[in-house]
Amino acid sequence: MPWHIAETAAGGVAAVALSIAALATHGSDRIADAVTAPPTVVIEATRLAFPEPGEFLLDGRPMPAPVRSADVPTFAIMTHQVGLADYGRCVAAGRCTAADAAAPRSARAVPVTGVSHFDAVAYAAWLGEVTGARWRLPSALEAAVMAGERFSAETFSDAADDPKNPAVAWIRRYRDEGAARRPVDPDPKPFGTYGINALGVADFGGNVWEWTSTCYVRVGLDTDRVTERSRTENCRVHVLEGRHRAIMSDFVRDGRSGGCAVGTPPDNLGFRLVREPGRPLLARLTHRAAALFGR
Amino acid sequence: MFTRRQALIGVVAASLLAALPPMTAAMAGEIDLSALPRERIALVAPPFVHAHEQVATTGPRVIEYTMTIEEKTVVIDDEGTTLQGMTFNGSIPGPMMVVHQGDYVELTLVNPETNSLPHNIDFHAATGGLGGGALTLINPGEQTTLRFKATRSGTFVYHCAPEGAMIPWHVVSGMSGTIMVLPRDGLKDENGKPLRYEKVFYVGENDFYIPRDEAGNFISYESPGDSYADTLPVMRGLIPTHVVFNGAKGALTGDNAMTSRVGETVLIVHSQANRDTRPHLIGGHGDYVWEEGKFDNPPMKDLETWFIRGGSAGAALYTFLQPGIYAYVNHNLIEAVELGATAHFVVEGEWDDDLMKQVAAPGPIPVN
Ligand SMILES: [Cu+2]
Repeated sequence: MPWHIAETAAGGVAAVALSIAALATHGSDRIADAVTAPPTVVIEATRLAFPEPGEFLLDGRPMPAPVRSADVPTFAIMTHQVGLADYGRCVAAGRCTAADAAAPRSARAVPVTGVSHFDAVAYAAWLGEVTGARWRLPSALEAAVMAGERFSAETFSDAADDPKNPAVAWIRRYRDEGAARRPVDPDPKPFGTYGINALGVADFGGNVWEWTSTCYVRVGLDTDRVTERSRTENCRVHVLEGRHRAIMSDFVRDGRSGGCAVGTPPDNLGFRLVREPGRPLLARLTHRAAALFGR
Repeated sequence: MFTRRQALIGVVAASLLAALPPMTAAMAGEIDLSALPRERIALVAPPFVHAHEQVATTGPRVIEYTMTIEEKTVVIDDEGTTLQGMTFNGSIPGPMMVVHQGDYVELTLVNPETNSLPHNIDFHAATGGLGGGALTLINPGEQTTLRFKATRSGTFVYHCAPEGAMIPWHVVSGMSGTIMVLPRDGLKDENGKPLRYEKVFYVGENDFYIPRDEAGNFISYESPGDSYADTLPVMRGLIPTHVVFNGAKGALTGDNAMTSRVGETVLIVHSQANRDTRPHLIGGHGDYVWEEGKFDNPPMKDLETWFIRGGSAGAALYTFLQPGIYAYVNHNLIEAVELGATAHFVVEGEWDDDLMKQVAAPGPIPVN
């Protein structure tokens, strides 16, 4: 199991322990009162034909990702992306690093931008403590499901590559990129600007790309273009979903400095979180601890 | 009321006075060029270059050009940052002229009434009169015609040079270009063997200095005059906010990338009127490079990167040997990637396994 998945799995328990410790130290700390669990949308269990994110090679030539059918159990995900003000509370609590977000031009609430994968994981841990629920980034597969009709994944074509001439694929990709280019629009927009999709998820595919928990992989394919000959996973790099898929190093906060398969790089990096199904015992323990230490 | 515009224009009167004596001197030695053939050539916007002969088929001629100066707001990056641009003929850089050694260049320079500032032109290829700057200073609503003899072969910068602090400001606002003076018998290698190109591209590099507000955002101005006071301290810091090819970040990429094919020989002329730069073709070379741009000197061969001194233009000849996407950069890679100095070549043709082959594709490290 890659380290980051292990870390996420252990995160719930650790969070509760920290929470109790914090409450013990600060007594009647009121941060917990200020944060209510953000609204979520329940996504029903489904089966999805999904092109896995990553780089797929046949004898060194890029291939489209094999499309696999995957079962996705039901999950609850934030209706909106995490907001700048929400994230600010984590910063105020000393648990998150201030985002590299430009001052929004709108006075209305906007999503947080200028956050790395590390920032998103730190926020999820803090939110778990203050809400008594367990939060985590969605996998790329879950992101694809909640994106619904707005899911785009990789958009490049794979027509007419020449195994004897790698430049044919390079030039094709370059022209695809040119065709997918659009004006840059980095100013974060108020919640709701990009509307809700058929599943009730707001603003997916706007100018904020969303971090996932899925690591970058490079897979060597067999000549059937499906069977895997080799697989290398790099969990210092994660997948983001949005108007198109992006792959970024975990420390990157500015999407324009990172890479992208096709098209203009992401305008902004942000995230939303999945709420794990209730852990009633742990949650009850947290509340009891809160009651004991202050209220 | 004494406005900023008047303050800027005020400089003109002084310059015009200074310009009088050399003008009289020039008139005294009038020569008769009526026997020479004349040709009027329309200029084209970079990176393209007007059609020309590589080897002159006639004796010296008088080549007539007209350039209209246009002050206008230009977008210089993909975030919509604007520059109060000053342009020769509407483009940054100004268009490239090509003549032959011994030809006379006769330029009519027009400063329309719609502009707000006086301008002129200094040709590094010309001799005397501040390169022509002393004879060409014109106010909005005026035009002038300058003739100079192209006595030396090579690629030479031209730029606006009104006076004092106006000089660098006009140059970093976009007012520069290049003239290429070819030897009458064309380009040659160190042994005098002819060198020919099938295509020529003109890559003009500019450094821009855009002021920012307190929040760090670039400021947009209404007119050049409005931008001047804020721009000067940024210029004095000597750290450009943008270093770009063809007037804007990404201007020579995507749909506007330069194109070639395997086996084709391309001449790339690179100018920088203000600041040193170091062009490099990633995955390619300079087969023959006139780093200083002067064709009477033998070209250097097989260069990886060549140095263009601020205030000069150089030329590199290269025959593409492999297809693909080539990045042509200023190999200060911070300037290339962060500030904008990157262009692309899309080169089609057959791949040569002998020159390069991926022997083992990326994959897991084998364990024994
Ligand atoms: Cu000028």
